[in-house]
Amino acid sequence: MNANRDAARWDAFADPTRRQIVARLVERPQAVGELASQLPVSRSAVSQHLRVLKDAGLVSERAEGTRRIYGVNPAALEALRDQIDTYWRRALEGYADLFASDNNAKESS
Amino acid sequence: MTATGPVVRREIVVDASPEVAFDAFTRRFGDFKPPEHNLMASPIARTEFEPRIGGHIVDVAVDGSECRWARILAYEPPTRVVFSWDISPQWSIETDPASTSEVEVRFVSEDDHQTRLELEHHNLDRHGPG
Repeated sequence: MNANRDAARWDAFADPTRRQIVARLVERPQAVGELASQLPVSRSAVSQHLRVLKDAGLVSERAEGTRRIYGVNPAALEALRDQIDTYWRRALEGYADLFASDNNAKESS
Repeated sequence: MTATGPVVRREIVVDASPEVAFDAFTRRFGDFKPPEHNLMASPIARTEFEPRIGGHIVDVAVDGSECRWARILAYEPPTRVVFSWDISPQWSIETDPASTSEVEVRFVSEDDHQTRLELEHHNLDRHGPG
């Protein structure tokens, strides 16, 4: 179990701009400037989003000359599984709460 | 981290009959699903779970736009429901059914008063590594 990393990945994916960045990086690894030119946000904003994605383990970087090229971590499928596991854990907690807070849900029919 | 396999399993026991548990899961899906992963630009106003094979789970936004992110593949009250997960690893709509996974939910009577909900989200590998 690594609840912190699960939470970090969940938060990383909860932002629409970061989802767009990941979608672009799935197509091909690229540098910050290339990403910024395709998205309606500034270069520095892209850098900040990349930092969040990197801290969450979703994106990694490598040096290419003087540039830093970003790509999706090969463990993307594991990340998806974590996302979905978290999704259903939260959903079923909410589902159980329906019965805890709403006794009208008992044998009504 | 534990298994990295392509299946997620979860279960929970609630104080209700299978009929009530099934009804709550399908009719009140929008009341308990995590709200963060809205695929639309506008906030979600409500979520509809269309109770029939061939129906969809539909998020309806406050601006009226709709997002059909699941297809109902089996609808067998009060014991079983299966739906597709038409969401890509990047949390956008996946239009190729061959690249979608499936969620199977079973409602098992524990005794007169309790039902165990067993959820299995399988074929996650169909989404590919991205």
